[in-house]
Amino acid sequence: MPYTITVNGSRHEIDLPGDVPLLWVLRDQLGLTGTKYGCGVGACGACTVHLGGEAVRACQLALEDVDGPVTTIEGLGTPAAPAPIQQEWIRHQVAQCGYCQSGQIMQAAALLAENPAPDDAAIDAAMAGNLCRCGTYSRIRAAIHAAARRANGG
Amino acid sequence: MGRLAKYTRRAFLITSAAVAGGVAFGVYESWRVPPNPLRPGEGRAALNPWLIIARDGAVTIVTPRAEMGQGTQTTLAALVAEELDVAWEAIATIHGPPAEAYYNGAIMGLGQPFRDYDIRPWREKIREATDFLPKMLSLQVTGGSTSMIDGFAKMRLAGASARETLKLAAAKRLGVPAETLRTEAGRVIAPDGQALTYGTLAEEAAKLDPVRDVVLRPPAQWRYLRRPMPRLDMAAKCTGTATFGADVTLPGMKFATVRMNPARAGMKSFDAGAAEGMAGVEKIVDLGDGIAVIASNTWLAFRAAEAVEIEWEPPAYPGETDALEAEIAAALDAPANSHLRDEGNAARVLESPPEGAVAVEAEYRLPWLAHACMEPMNATAHLDDTGHLTIWSPNQAPVLARDKAAEATGISADDITLHTTFLGGGFGRRAEYDFTVLAARVAAAVPGVPVKVMWSREEDMAHDFYRPAAVARMRGLVQGEKAIALEARVAAPSVTRQSMQRISGFAPPGPDKGHVEGIADQPYAIANYSVYGHLADIALPVGFWRSVGNSFNGFFHESFIDELAHAAGADPLAFRLVHIRPEHAPSAQLLEKVGEMAGWEAAKRPGTGRGVAFTYSFGTPVAQVIEVGESPGGIRITRAFIAVDPGIALDPAIIEAQMESGLLFGLSAAVFGEITFAGGAAEQANFPDYEVLRIHNAPKIAVAILENNRGPGGSRIGGIGEPGTPPAAPALANALFDLTGKRPRRLPLMRDFDFFL
Ligand code: FES
Ligand code: FES
Repeated sequence: MPYTITVNGSRHEIDLPGDVPLLWVLRDQLGLTGTKYGCGVGACGACTVHLGGEAVRACQLALEDVDGPVTTIEGLGTPAAPAPIQQEWIRHQVAQCGYCQSGQIMQAAALLAENPAPDDAAIDAAMAGNLCRCGTYSRIRAAIHAAARRANGG
Repeated sequence: MGRLAKYTRRAFLITSAAVAGGVAFGVYESWRVPPNPLRPGEGRAALNPWLIIARDGAVTIVTPRAEMGQGTQTTLAALVAEELDVAWEAIATIHGPPAEAYYNGAIMGLGQPFRDYDIRPWREKIREATDFLPKMLSLQVTGGSTSMIDGFAKMRLAGASARETLKLAAAKRLGVPAETLRTEAGRVIAPDGQALTYGTLAEEAAKLDPVRDVVLRPPAQWRYLRRPMPRLDMAAKCTGTATFGADVTLPGMKFATVRMNPARAGMKSFDAGAAEGMAGVEKIVDLGDGIAVIASNTWLAFRAAEAVEIEWEPPAYPGETDALEAEIAAALDAPANSHLRDEGNAARVLESPPEGAVAVEAEYRLPWLAHACMEPMNATAHLDDTGHLTIWSPNQAPVLARDKAAEATGISADDITLHTTFLGGGFGRRAEYDFTVLAARVAAAVPGVPVKVMWSREEDMAHDFYRPAAVARMRGLVQGEKAIALEARVAAPSVTRQSMQRISGFAPPGPDKGHVEGIADQPYAIANYSVYGHLADIALPVGFWRSVGNSFNGFFHESFIDELAHAAGADPLAFRLVHIRPEHAPSAQLLEKVGEMAGWEAAKRPGTGRGVAFTYSFGTPVAQVIEVGESPGGIRITRAFIAVDPGIALDPAIIEAQMESGLLFGLSAAVFGEITFAGGAAEQANFPDYEVLRIHNAPKIAVAILENNRGPGGSRIGGIGEPGTPPAAPALANALFDLTGKRPRRLPLMRDFDFFL
C-alpha cells in the first residue's frame, strides 16, 4: 500500500517499502535533489529538511514515519525568489562547493524560527551537526546573524 | 611521441607567457587559437573555445577548469569579461568538454626543478622544466592550484579576441573602420552613437577569422579583477538547484551502487542469492573485480549490495598499519631518490659541530588521510541505441576520465561524450578516473538504460587514493639565534609515480619533486641545508590530497624550525624572520604582517598558547598564527590569523574563502585525521570515525592579503586553493607546545591532546 506524504505543499503517493529513508524518496522518486546525501548515518547534516517545521535528518527518517508536512530547500525559495535566509547566504557568499549548503540553510532556518536572535553559543549548538568539508563556517555564522538582524528589523 | 611533443611545445609557450609576464599587460601577443570543440547550436555562436554568445546577448563562458568550491569559474569568467566588456549579470559559466583547447599549461610548471621564489633566470628554467617533467598525457586537469596561473593570460586573450572580432563584424556591417568603434556592456558603439548588441553580431563574428593581435588592458583599467565579484554559482548553491554529479536525473534512469574490494585487489567469487529477491533490485552486475546493484532507488541498491556475499582476493601490500609504517621507515635507510636541496655541507657540520652549537634531532610521523569530499564518489552514464556513451561526471580531469572509460568499455573515445557537473568537493580525489570508469562499465552492462552509480560513504572511504603516511628524520644545529645546519630525510610512497603509473603505465624515473615539495623549496637561508627524499614502494593506492607533498612536508619543516627556535632560545616568529628575510622579502613581510594581526609582540592572553608557521607552496607564501586555549571541555582552537601573498589578488573574497577553507582542511586532518588498515582495508568508514572540525570547534579566522610577491614584471600570480593547508598543522602543533610544553611529533593530535569536541 503506497504511503502518502506532503512535500513543499504537494501530496505524493509513494510506492516504496516503508523503511526507505525520506532522503532517498525525495531524491530518487520525487526528483528533489536539493537535499543531499553525505553520510547516511545522521553524522553530517547534508540531508536536513523540515518535518512539521522542525529540522530533521532525512537519511534517518523512514518513509513510514513521515507524520507531517515536509519542506525541502526547494520549498524555501528559488533563485528568482530566494527566502530571506537564502538572500543572506548569497549576500555573504557562503557556499564553496555548495554540497552541504542545503542542509546548512535548512538547519539555520529552523534555528531562526525557534530563536529569532541566536548568539554565537546558540548557533554553535544548533549548527554543530552540519559539517562543511570546505570550511565555510565563518560565513555561515555571519549570514545567520545577518538574517536574524533583518528579521528583527535591524 | 608526436602528441607528447606537441603538448610539450604548447605547454612551453603558455607557461612562459603566463609565468614570465611578457604577455601580461599592454603587450601585443600573436595568439594561436586552438581548434574550437564547441557546437553551440542554433542562435548561439562560439567565437572561440572559451565563450558562447546567444542572440539575446547572454554570454556563456566555457571554463577549462572544474568548479569544486574554489571559485574558479567565477574568476575565470571575470578574466574573460574584463576584456569582453559585458555586464556581470549577462554571464553564465559551463565546464568545457574534454578537448585539446582546454589543456592546463601551468600544471607542467609544478615539476620545475627550481624553487618558485627564486625567480632570476626565468626562461631558461622554464625550458628546463618542460623537458624535465614526466609528461602528463591528459593535461585538462584542475589541480596544483594552477587554474588562474594558466588562465590569467589565456582567458583575457579569449575575451579581448572576441571583442575585437565582434568589432570587426560591426565594422563590416556599418561600413566603417573597426578602429573607430568602441565597446561597452555587450554592445559595439559607432562614432555616431549607433549601437549594435553582441547578440546580433555574434553569428557573423563567428564566421570571421578570430582577431589575434590584441592588447590586454593594464590593471589600472580593470573593473572585474582585484575586487570581490559575486560568485556565479552562488544563487544555485543556496537554493538547491546546482547540479552536482549526484543530482543528474535522466528520463528512465536507474539507481545503482557498486561494491569493490576494500583491500584493493580482485574478487574471487560472489553469491547474490539473498540480494536478488530484495525490494527494488533490478539487476546484479558481475564486474569481475566487484559487483554493481541496479535498482529503482539508491538506498535499495545500497541495502542489496550489502547483502551480496563476496569473497575477495588478498591485497598486494602489507595489510596492517604497523607493517605499512615499518616499510616507510625502512625506506629512510635505503638510498635516497632525491637530494634537491644541498647547500653548504650539512653532513660534515652535523658530524663535527662548531664550538657552542646546540644539536637538535627529531623524528615525525604522519598518517594516511582520506579526502572525504562532502559528495561521495559517483557518476552517471548512458549507452544509447546507437552505441554512443554519454557520461556525467563530477571530475577534475575530463580527457583522462573519457579516455580511461573508452579503454575499459572498448568504446572509442570519439563515441563518448563527457559532461562535467559541479563537484561536491574535489581536493584531488576527483582527479582520479575510477568512479567515472565504473559508471561507464555499469552502463555498458545495461545498454539503453541511463544509470546513476552512487557510492555509499563507506565505499568512498574504503576506495580512496589516500594521502600517504610519511616519516621524517630531522637534524639541525643552532648557534646563537641562528640555524647553521638543517638536514631532512623524508620517506613516503610517491604520489607522482603511482599516479603516472595509473595514467600512462609508466612511472617516471629520476628525482620526485612532489615528494619533497614544502621542505626542499622553502625560502630559508641556512648555510648548511640538505634535503633527501626516500621513496617507499608500496602498492596501497595513494593520490593527490589538497597540497600533496606540502601537506606532510610543511608539518615536518615548520615543526622542526620551531624546535630549532626553542633550542636557540629565540622567539619562533623572530627566528623565522632572521632566516627568511635574506632569502625572500615578500615572505618576510607576510610574517611581519601575521605577527601584527595576532598581536604577537604583546603578552599572550592567560591560559592560551600561540604557534606560528610559514610555508611557500604553489607559488604562494602563507603565514599563519594559531591560538589555542584551555577550557573546561578541553583545548580549544580559539583564533587563527592568516597572511597570504598570491601576487596579484584576482578576487580578494574568493582568496579569503580559500584561505579559511585550506586552514580548516589542514586543522581537521591535524586534530582528527587518520586512516588505519586491517587486512588491507581502511578501518574508518564514515564521519563518526573520520571526524572533521565543525562550527563549534573551528577557530575565528582573520585573513590579510598582501600583493608584494608579484615578481620583476609585476604581473605574477600564485595558486590559492591549496597554499592555506600546509601551515595549519604545524601552526597548531607549535601552539600546543607553547600551551603545554609537550612537542607534538605525530598526528593526529587527538591521540596525545585533549581537545574540546
Ligand atoms: S546524510 Fe543524513 S546526516 Fe549525513
Ligand atoms: S560548501 Fe563544500 S561542503 Fe560545505
